Amino acid sequence: MGDVWEAVKAVGTGFATTFMHLFRKPITEQYPEYKRMMPVRARARIILTRDPDGGERCVACSLCSAVCPVSCISMEAGEREEDGRRYARWFRINFARCIYCGLCEEACPTSAIQLTPEYEFAKRDILDFVYEKEDLLVDHQGKDPEYNYYRHAGIVTGVGGKGEHIGESEPVNIRSNLP
Amino acid sequence: MLTWIAGFIVLVVKLVAILFFLLMAAAYLVWVERKFLARLQLRYGPNRAGKFGLLQPLADVVKMLTKEDVVPDGADRVIFRLAPAVVAGTAFLMFAVVPLGRDLTLFGRSVPLVVTDLNVGLLFAFAMSSLGVYGIALGGWASNSKYALLGSIRGAAQMISYELSLGLSIVPIVMLAGSFSMVDIVNAQKGLPFIFVQPLAFVIFVISAMAETKRIPFDLPEAENELNAGYHTEYSGMRFGLFFLGEYVTMMVFGGLVAVLFLGGWRGPWLPPFVWLVIKILLVAVFMIWVRGTLPRVRWDQLMTIGWKALLPLALLNVIVTGALGLIMSP
Repeated sequence: MGDVWEAVKAVGTGFATTFMHLFRKPITEQYPEYKRMMPVRARARIILTRDPDGGERCVACSLCSAVCPVSCISMEAGEREEDGRRYARWFRINFARCIYCGLCEEACPTSAIQLTPEYEFAKRDILDFVYEKEDLLVDHQGKDPEYNYYRHAGIVTGVGGKGEHIGESEPVNIRSNLP
Repeated sequence: MLTWIAGFIVLVVKLVAILFFLLMAAAYLVWVERKFLARLQLRYGPNRAGKFGLLQPLADVVKMLTKEDVVPDGADRVIFRLAPAVVAGTAFLMFAVVPLGRDLTLFGRSVPLVVTDLNVGLLFAFAMSSLGVYGIALGGWASNSKYALLGSIRGAAQMISYELSLGLSIVPIVMLAGSFSMVDIVNAQKGLPFIFVQPLAFVIFVISAMAETKRIPFDLPEAENELNAGYHTEYSGMRFGLFFLGEYVTMMVFGGLVAVLFLGGWRGPWLPPFVWLVIKILLVAVFMIWVRGTLPRVRWDQLMTIGWKALLPLALLNVIVTGALGLIMSP
């Protein structure tokens, strides 16, 4: 008899719980009206960022293209006449293939390619997902506001000459044997 | 001849009205179920198509009708196509004996507000409910799929088991009313609805009706997490829609049967009779949805235990006690 009472009590508690739910506000987030703030490091649409001084960060090293598991990134490297800075002649991401894994961002030595939290990214035509360089390039530094690759790299560009880079010592004077 | 034609026209009008009412009611019962269930689970339910999602049933109908009707390879094509019609057809036929209100008087002639007042109306309803098993058993078998076959075997066993307690639970009602006709049963509840006279029969009937309509907690024939979708796994488009429709019409019909047998049918103060009937059917339906939102599915052996070891003996006991009391108290 005790078992029966237990069972009745359990079922009754269940009915009471669902009944009380009728008077609570639903916890659903109504999507198009309410858009949840995504975390800063959420992985969605890919951008190409710029240096703090406005130059393109991408040096067309093809590391992102090589690491991409679905091979959706392709580019062609070029070198600027005036200061020898490398850049991408063209840069193409096929977002129809991209799986937003973020490996390109991890591979990038110059913080150029970055993923943004912009997830509302649906299109009617699949060919509209092919993004060229001018669609990808933005006018800000993304998640890495200070970083300038050419301040660290030991090559002579407009940003700095020999010995002027961060953490770089003066070049050795080969005409002197003083230590 | 003129009388015959007039009677025929009245019959056709009644048939069309009831068919239309049932179709609309089933469609909007789906809406009520989705909305109410959602609130039980702290969701909103459909709210995009029209105000409060009120156009959702229409959108669903358009979707069902325009989807491809797939007949799988290896299916028995004739039976596969026939089975959904059996389910929906028997469900509609059951409503033919449910009285909707007081007799109307048209041109000095009284028109009963029921499609047909069979003197064995109750037996007819249960016969049709049993025939509905064929739709499920044959549909699952003809699909040539193990999930569908398992679902239909479960469905057949479950519905046959619960048919017994369902039938036995209303024997006391028939004893009290002295008739199998639904109209007479409603008239017998002029003073007191039978729920107060036969509470045990009411409980047994409602539990068995939930098993008959294959609703949670007795939805083993469909059991999505064990059998995909059970007997209608292979169905698509409007044939699936017919199974769905049949299920909801059966729910309406059993709501109607509960209302007629236990809650006094269309009887009630102040409001028109038909409104009372609809309110009572809706109450039963809402209760069934509440049960769906609360209870988990029972296991297969539990289902059989409840049916054969609890409900059936209780129903038999109820018949004996009612009969004995009737014998003692009769003059």
